[in-house]
Amino acid sequence: MAKVAFPHVGNYSVPVKYLLSHILDCEIMDAPKISTKTAELGSRYSPDFVCTPFKYTLGTYIECLDKKADVLIQLGGGCRYGYYYELQEKILKDLDYDFEYINLVTMGKTDIKKIVKQFEKIDKNFNKIKALYYLFITIKMVKYMDKIDDYIRENIGFEVQKGEFKKLKKKMLLDFSNTKGYFDLYKKYRYYKKQFKKIKIKDGKKLKVGIIGELYTVMEPFANYELEYELANYGISIKRYTNAHYLLFEKRRKVKKYLRSCKEYIKYRMGADAADNIGRCKYLCTHNYDGIIHIKSSFCTPEIGAMPILNKICNDYNVPIIYFSFDTNTSKVGMKTRCEAFYDMIEMRKKL
Amino acid sequence: MRKCYLGIDIGSISTKGVVIDSDNNIICKSYLYTKGDPINAVKNLIRELKKGITSDDVIKGIGTTGSARKLIGLMVGASIVKNEITAHAIGTLSFHPNVRTILEIGGQDSKIILLNDGIITDYSMNTLCAAGTGAFLSSQAKRLEVDIEEFGNMALKSKSPVKIAARCTVFAESDLIHKAGLGYAKDDIVAGLCKSIVLNYLNNVGKGKKIKPPIVFQGGVSKNKGVVKYFKEVLNEDIIVDDFGHLMGAIGIAILSKNYETDKVYNLDFNEVSFITKGEECSRCSNNCEILKIYKDNNMIDAWGSKCGRY
Repeated sequence: MAKVAFPHVGNYSVPVKYLLSHILDCEIMDAPKISTKTAELGSRYSPDFVCTPFKYTLGTYIECLDKKADVLIQLGGGCRYGYYYELQEKILKDLDYDFEYINLVTMGKTDIKKIVKQFEKIDKNFNKIKALYYLFITIKMVKYMDKIDDYIRENIGFEVQKGEFKKLKKKMLLDFSNTKGYFDLYKKYRYYKKQFKKIKIKDGKKLKVGIIGELYTVMEPFANYELEYELANYGISIKRYTNAHYLLFEKRRKVKKYLRSCKEYIKYRMGADAADNIGRCKYLCTHNYDGIIHIKSSFCTPEIGAMPILNKICNDYNVPIIYFSFDTNTSKVGMKTRCEAFYDMIEMRKKL
Repeated sequence: MRKCYLGIDIGSISTKGVVIDSDNNIICKSYLYTKGDPINAVKNLIRELKKGITSDDVIKGIGTTGSARKLIGLMVGASIVKNEITAHAIGTLSFHPNVRTILEIGGQDSKIILLNDGIITDYSMNTLCAAGTGAFLSSQAKRLEVDIEEFGNMALKSKSPVKIAARCTVFAESDLIHKAGLGYAKDDIVAGLCKSIVLNYLNNVGKGKKIKPPIVFQGGVSKNKGVVKYFKEVLNEDIIVDDFGHLMGAIGIAILSKNYETDKVYNLDFNEVSFITKGEECSRCSNNCEILKIYKDNNMIDAWGSKCGRY
């Protein structure tokens, strides 16, 4: 029986595992949590100047292959992410690993026929209709998770009893992974939504900060050294746009809207999420946000291109912005110092 | 009885301490080198400061800032532990209420703080590399066998500074060796170095920031007259350098500690307390975090560095 593995991004391993375990008759592996060892393995075999997500995913793959995984799954995107598949396959083959590599997005497009063929190769009884049904449930699960995450992000800094949100979220993810069907999922979503609303929150004025930036670093807490958690500790309400549901379904529609909304700053798309981030930056500036944090992995070209424009927008609207660039060996202390200074600054400005 | 507040700024190169009264007047100050040992540096610093205060003075607050702020904050039981950016801004505002730009170049880092009406509006700090900081200047001074205190005066003598790459320390260094080999005068090279620090700073930290007067220049490097001269030349503005510019972080944190005043009175006897740190690698999971354990009189009072929150 084949062993399937895929890299981590945030908590999305729950829906992905749910999907794969229902449509494929094979063992779905829980990839080891990203740790310092993952980062070390990844950077040892990666080109030095590649973006950081490449290093993390490669490290996870190596860890999975060492645990006897046979099939690896990767996505692709509109920047260097589109070439991850080819390069990682080459590196891993050079390391003498034997595996099947499935790429769900090739050259920015999803070739369904090819993917079905690849799935049939792993599992002879692969059923397309069944797959479609579970894909539908998974998409809904991702949507519900993102919605609840948005609520958590806004309020976690103000919980009366520390750790309640985290605890309930853990329980929710466990429950979601045992979903029996769509209606079961919907019921669970309604239940947890209520439970989250029940958690007591401190009143008072809130500082609001928007987080924009490169998608992997934004979504994976290990890659950004738990920046959101750090900010929440200062009592900041966080707004973040990038999540899996946005990338999969809303992006196509919303990019055009973003481009129209800030046409005085950009005319064309700049690859990956750069144009989206510029649009969001303008939105945040015009909607009373106290500050903007832009994070990216080192050497992320689209975001580097977006940074001067973000600077200009923030200068025009007089909103503070800071930039963080994360690599596998960035020091956490430096980030903390800057975060603290940023908090002091926006608090001082707010008092005025 | 006079209420006093102690501020300590523990930098990578030097440790600064001031005691101020409730009207922000400096009662006594001290400045010494950290030498890689912040705990002993602070012990010495406090011994120095104690000479300056009378038995009538009571310490009502202690604040720490700088790169070792957390450790020292724990050691002295500080009422406030704050980052150096806020501390510098608050300190400077007490002397120059209408300051708009603070340039700060220290031993390992450099920062720019923009203010408006006494509020920090923007700041930036150098990221990964120490290019254009005091560490670079002092290592080059050693290479040229020039005393670092003489550096500024030498730069002032030069009429035509050599051009040295301003982007990166490594390139700047190879440029310098090359120019020295070609036979340029030492004064011109030193002046070129000072100019490259200025250009590096403005290209790196000050990129995209609107620098408006009045401008205050602080940090250890502000004692270098050459760098001040080239800042004036490049920015075409007047640069204010205070005599106690290097103490500004300590003054700022002392002022901030006033807001956290309680009934507690601090005593300054740290020489008798043994304060030890031990580093070890935790091997309970694949993260292999480096844990730093802090012992006060053989009792572990805190441990830092774990990712899982075990310590």
